[in-house]
Amino acid sequence: MDKLQKRKKLIITAAALAALFIILWVLEQILPANAMLFVVLKKGAIYALVAVSMNLLNGFTGLFSLGQAGFMLIGAYTYAIFTIPLEYHDSVYQYFNGGIIKFTVPVFAALIMAGAAAAIFAYLIGLPVLRLKSDYLAIATLGFAEIIRAFFQWDALGPVTNGSNLLRQYPSFTSVLFPFAVAGVCILLIVLLINSSYGRAFKAIRDDEIAAEAMGINLAKHKQLSFTISSFFAGVGGALLAMYQTTVQANAFKSAMTYEILLIVVIGGLGSVSGSVLSSFLFIAASEWWLRFLDADTYIGAFKVPLLASGFRKVVFSVIIMIVVLFYRNGIMGDKELSAETFGGIRRFLRKRLGRRKEEVTK
Amino acid sequence: MEFISSNLQYILTGISVGGQYALIAIGYTMVYGILRLINFAHGDIFMAAGFMMVYLSATLPMYIALPLVVLITVLLGFVVERVAYKPLRNAPRMSIMISAIGVSYFLQNLAWYVTSGLAKQYPAIPWISDSISIGPATTKIVTVITPLLTIVLVTALVLLIKHTKIGMAMRAVSRDFETSQCMGIKINFVISITFIIGSFLAAVGSLLYFSNYPTVTPISGAMPGLKAFVAAVFGGIGSIPGAVVGAFIIGICENIIKGLGWTTFSDAFTFALLIIILVAKPTGLFGEKMTDKV
Repeated sequence: MDKLQKRKKLIITAAALAALFIILWVLEQILPANAMLFVVLKKGAIYALVAVSMNLLNGFTGLFSLGQAGFMLIGAYTYAIFTIPLEYHDSVYQYFNGGIIKFTVPVFAALIMAGAAAAIFAYLIGLPVLRLKSDYLAIATLGFAEIIRAFFQWDALGPVTNGSNLLRQYPSFTSVLFPFAVAGVCILLIVLLINSSYGRAFKAIRDDEIAAEAMGINLAKHKQLSFTISSFFAGVGGALLAMYQTTVQANAFKSAMTYEILLIVVIGGLGSVSGSVLSSFLFIAASEWWLRFLDADTYIGAFKVPLLASGFRKVVFSVIIMIVVLFYRNGIMGDKELSAETFGGIRRFLRKRLGRRKEEVTK
Repeated sequence: MEFISSNLQYILTGISVGGQYALIAIGYTMVYGILRLINFAHGDIFMAAGFMMVYLSATLPMYIALPLVVLITVLLGFVVERVAYKPLRNAPRMSIMISAIGVSYFLQNLAWYVTSGLAKQYPAIPWISDSISIGPATTKIVTVITPLLTIVLVTALVLLIKHTKIGMAMRAVSRDFETSQCMGIKINFVISITFIIGSFLAAVGSLLYFSNYPTVTPISGAMPGLKAFVAAVFGGIGSIPGAVVGAFIIGICENIIKGLGWTTFSDAFTFALLIIILVAKPTGLFGEKMTDKV
């Protein structure tokens, strides 16, 4: 690809992103703020960030880690603890005499701190754990996530973490632009990392560890790097999730959350950033919005539609997931990326199809 | 000695819970031994068995409900393997594991839908739910029979694997999938049998486990499932005696921790133990050493 084409591609991408933000801004002006669309967009953006961070580890470095919920928890708590305004400390930490942290930091600093805290934990956990392989690594990281969850509910840490009680009253966002901007910047950083020489080393490790080592790639260093960076962004994602929920409690960050994110990553395609982003929006939209009608009792005239009741939405949704997993093994995108060329491809494909149909008609 | 008498209650519960974990862990370890698959759905099959008992015992007499629960659970395990795992036999290992997570997600959501998310009261099974006192501790009969039943079932299973034709086939398949296929072993049959045995033991484990607890909820299979898997890894995955020993160690330690007043950390402790053993001995207590060939 020559320089000119590269620049053209960059301009198209930038223009598409700018258009996206303008569309979001316009939507916010015309639609009511509690529209379901915004719930999906906000949660989708947050899950996209977490899914991409997990993809960096599972899809690009080939490290099968299941610790994501734990790192999100650290991020969420770090953010909440350092941003609850001082005047609310007495009511939030009512069982712990107002807590022991007597200062707050600005939101952006707290977001970075959230990531950093998760990254530091990941670094320490990675030292012993990253020597393990495949399933053993998975179960060990899952174990660490559970240990972290127990620690954050420990009463002795109550003055900091509020024990097993909720943390609340910290600043959150109302505009959908905020999670999009933060998640967008983070995903951009991850993409830059993946396209750098470090990213190529990660992929080499994924494809064949022994060959990669023979080519002079320091396995321990690169695995540690990937694990730490992935956790950094999982931490930021956790902080965003805390902001979205407006309250946070350690008990919610169960291993089920990690499984959900893993499903998103695999449905999007292991090793595809745009696949992860796409599938997290689809996942959230389908589970929270499009299938909503299945949960309500519906009558056609006097006839009650059978089966529809609270919880049926999730059953249908999990059947859909199973179908995708069984029949589209490589996920939506496989290991390819969405780009201007993909759209070009779709257009060509459609034109060919439609063109052929026209020919048939004329015959 | 004083420690034992003052904590007898917890130690007894620990042994009992350990036996129940062992019954679940065998399902994990056998499936892993043959398919190299962490069967995340196993804990939910265990949960499903609990719900079946709730619903069946409400309408049927106990002597029909009990065998029926075991039978349907076995059928469920068999169907799950056929529908969700068999089509992916030649797919990468990641796909089949995701399929297992999908099944787990499905079973939990289905249970949630059927029960409307409410915890269901688990029926008292006659005789085994009765109380009994051992020294200073009072407990249910189930606590005493669990370890005995576990040992009987495990012995039977080990005999089956060591001395029958199907057992030999299982050992062959777990050693080398493709070669055993070439030697004329019907691997689909062997894998189905593995799932049937695993689900049978999970059903028995579920009857014993939930007798100790008042209610069943859609997520009550997740934690015991995870812990049983930890027990299997702890003992060396693929090894049945390893899984049993691991399960008893984890059950007892967890309850002693509870007895010391550290309930918050009883789950965390299990995982800490796992990580320590994995770092010190990456294949578990009884695991075989694997060598990678380039």
